[in-house]
Amino acid sequence: MSESAAKPRPEFRNIHVSQLMTYRLPVPGIVSILHRISGALLFLVGIPFILYLFQQSLTSELSFERYAAVVSHWFAKLVLLALAWAFLHHLFAGIRYLFLDLHMGADLPAARKSAAIVLFASLVLTALAGLKIFGVF
Amino acid sequence: MTISRTIVGAHYGWRDFAIQRLSGVVIVVFTLWLLVELLMLPAFTYGNWAGLFASMRMKIVTSVAMLALSYHAWIGVRDILMDYIKPAMLRLALEAATIVVLVGYVVWAVTILWRV
Repeated sequence: MSESAAKPRPEFRNIHVSQLMTYRLPVPGIVSILHRISGALLFLVGIPFILYLFQQSLTSELSFERYAAVVSHWFAKLVLLALAWAFLHHLFAGIRYLFLDLHMGADLPAARKSAAIVLFASLVLTALAGLKIFGVF
Repeated sequence: MTISRTIVGAHYGWRDFAIQRLSGVVIVVFTLWLLVELLMLPAFTYGNWAGLFASMRMKIVTSVAMLALSYHAWIGVRDILMDYIKPAMLRLALEAATIVVLVGYVVWAVTILWRV
């Protein structure tokens, strides 16, 4: 008989959905759930929309004009802005995980700091991308 | 202290862990590559843009990146489904749908590339 079967083991349960709003998630936790949400967004919206734009932009002169018309619509710009954030956050959070996998910056203060950097850097670059998308420069 | 554990699996967990990271790196490298190629275009016109993807090198590099992206997305979406979708049949159906969609994306991308 194995020891693990004999002893009652402590049970850890997930918090209930209703507790989500009152649970204070630490910054690395925020980066983690946003990594997941951004990944899902890129899969559900990002790949099909970008492939559609890719096709329109490459097939012919005529379709290139259609591509230009689509991306100049305000709603398409909004979608592109959301995708830009999703991509940038997913990229930076992913690079952070690669370092953590190599046991670099894995202690709590460093992990908190890098998580804050990921959140901040992706938002700043998204703002820059937004300026580009909406034609400020 | 002896704890007997049952070792299960065919190491696919470790393999997917590695592929998720490797494919991620491939996607980052491709993104940087594409960014450099874009910045080197004299102007963003149809001729220049299509000319970039006319080369066999760019077709192959983009296809490989698309394959890496689809495998990367598969592991990520599968993890999400494993965490949140508990009924086995529903999860299986969603996983199958994910694979079909991702294979479709790859075929779509390759078709676009080889028409240029």
